[in-house]
Amino acid sequence: MTANQAISTKQLTLSYGDTTIINELDLEIPKGEITVFIGGNGCGKSTLLRSIARLLKPKSGAVLLDGEAIARLSTKDVARKMAILPQSPSAPEGLTVLQLVKQGRYPYQTWLKQWTAEDEEKVNNALEATGLMKLKDRAVDSLSGGQRQRAWIAMTLAQDTDTILLDEPTTYLDMTHQIEILDLLFELNEKEQRTIVMVLHDLNLACRYAHNVVAIKDQKIYAQGKPEVVINCSLVKNVFEMECEVTIDPLFGTPLCIPYGKGRCILKQERLSRNG
Amino acid sequence: MRKYQSFRVFKEKISFLIDRKALAVVVLLLFVMAGVFIFSTGTGEMKISPINVVKVFFGGGTDMEQLVVQSFRLPRIIVSLMVGIGLAVAGGILQGIIRNPLASPDILGITGGASVAVVGFLAIFSDESNALTVSIQWLPVAAFAGATIIAFLVYFLSWKNGVSPIRLVLIGIGIYSLMKALTTLMMLLGPIYQASQANIWITGTVYGSNWSNVAILVPWILVLCIAAFILARNINIQELGDDIATGVGSNVQRYRFLLLMVSTALIGGSVAFAGGIGFVGLMAPHMARRLVGSSFGALLPASALIGGILVMIADLIGRTLFSPLEIPAGVFTASIGAPYFIYLLFKTRNG
Repeated sequence: MTANQAISTKQLTLSYGDTTIINELDLEIPKGEITVFIGGNGCGKSTLLRSIARLLKPKSGAVLLDGEAIARLSTKDVARKMAILPQSPSAPEGLTVLQLVKQGRYPYQTWLKQWTAEDEEKVNNALEATGLMKLKDRAVDSLSGGQRQRAWIAMTLAQDTDTILLDEPTTYLDMTHQIEILDLLFELNEKEQRTIVMVLHDLNLACRYAHNVVAIKDQKIYAQGKPEVVINCSLVKNVFEMECEVTIDPLFGTPLCIPYGKGRCILKQERLSRNG
Repeated sequence: MRKYQSFRVFKEKISFLIDRKALAVVVLLLFVMAGVFIFSTGTGEMKISPINVVKVFFGGGTDMEQLVVQSFRLPRIIVSLMVGIGLAVAGGILQGIIRNPLASPDILGITGGASVAVVGFLAIFSDESNALTVSIQWLPVAAFAGATIIAFLVYFLSWKNGVSPIRLVLIGIGIYSLMKALTTLMMLLGPIYQASQANIWITGTVYGSNWSNVAILVPWILVLCIAAFILARNINIQELGDDIATGVGSNVQRYRFLLLMVSTALIGGSVAFAGGIGFVGLMAPHMARRLVGSSFGALLPASALIGGILVMIADLIGRTLFSPLEIPAGVFTASIGAPYFIYLLFKTRNG
């Protein structure tokens, strides 16, 4: 265990009832980088993320946070080091953005000490970073999907942790807002060196934003490393059971996966018309 | 203008963020409550002007006024106020932990448990001439025990690696239906006289409240309300879901149990002295939410005051409108609360 790992797992086995989801997994997540879990539906990537966030008890093995077993730390201590944003959270009717973001300060509060100058500063920083300052008195349920997701991210930022875990933060968002959310997370990593671990469905976006991808298949890690190193046709074929071509993103130079399959092919016609 | 005010004293040992509008609403509700309290005390067979009522509170007024206020009206009005506060706060807590706006003391079967206990009490301890064989003083004890036993039963039946809100509400509804059936069965099997007695209790009435009731109920409700306010931030966090609550370091199961116990104790205390007054526990928190928003720090005090006001008005109507006939307060909580609630929903439908 070196100081370069934010999180690691030791012989981690996860199961729902008798079904094993993850089997004796040893994983190391580097500090200060963006790590993305990829894999097919039901491969256990979300389960793994939830278990790292202590939302799911492992059947055996351990999750280590900065070298200490998470199960032995107090849950409030963990909450000061690591924040989790679960998939599609929902806020009660009428709750304002400020009231939501403020709850990220829970691990620092006691029943009499609920709004220190530090709490105020961290909440304001979180609102600034997510561009929600002007919307802070709006009800969360009245915001657009992208704004709402930013409000939840602001809550995890207010928690002021080195590590942030996010379970499919772009689900149900249109393309504009997917990019907006991922840009925001990328900036947080660049500016504040926060360790970000997330599950993403879109392989191409994972390649563009992640320093480190972890491909999960058959209860184990299939491959881990820089996207430009590990993402290729055979990985996609084995992990996603899909034939594809992997080329280079013309804007970013990161791997770009183009699946084979059916669809309107207009290449021939174009060539024909050019020739004619 | 800033909507919020930071409040920090003793080197930040005590610090809160106060929502100014919510604070204003709570202060306003306090005045309304005081107004209703004084008006209700002065209204009845013998009218007493509000100024004289206040004089009586401070030991003035005529002997007759002293007697009417001290012996007859005050205990009853204080019990109404406390019961309203208790049910409203309990309802607010339940809606928060179950994350469902339909949650209320009735839905979880807790009031139903008290009803069964009361009907059972009347059936078991009556002789052939329908006279009770034990003191009626034991009725509140039976009601409280019924409510508590059912609350524990619902909690333990819902347990499966912790208690999830959805299991809690489903088991609760099951138990509620069972309790209702049991109550009806016992009322049908018992003598008619008993059924009507039981029915008045189930509707909810503060008729015949006395100072010894007040002496038990006031500290009970106030201590539990303080406990509820202390736990408010834990309700806030549970309303965001178990994953978020665990993620920010809250011990979800421990607080869920504590909160359920606080609301059970509030409901038990309320039904023990006033029977199954309905509607308040469901609607008062909703009305409060329309006025002060969803944060429980403001929501609980506002619900408490609205609940107290509702039951006080309901009882005022019950004892004056058809005088000398006494109508149980529970009949009117819905009839005055529902129109106001619908008005609030209508007014804020676009907000």
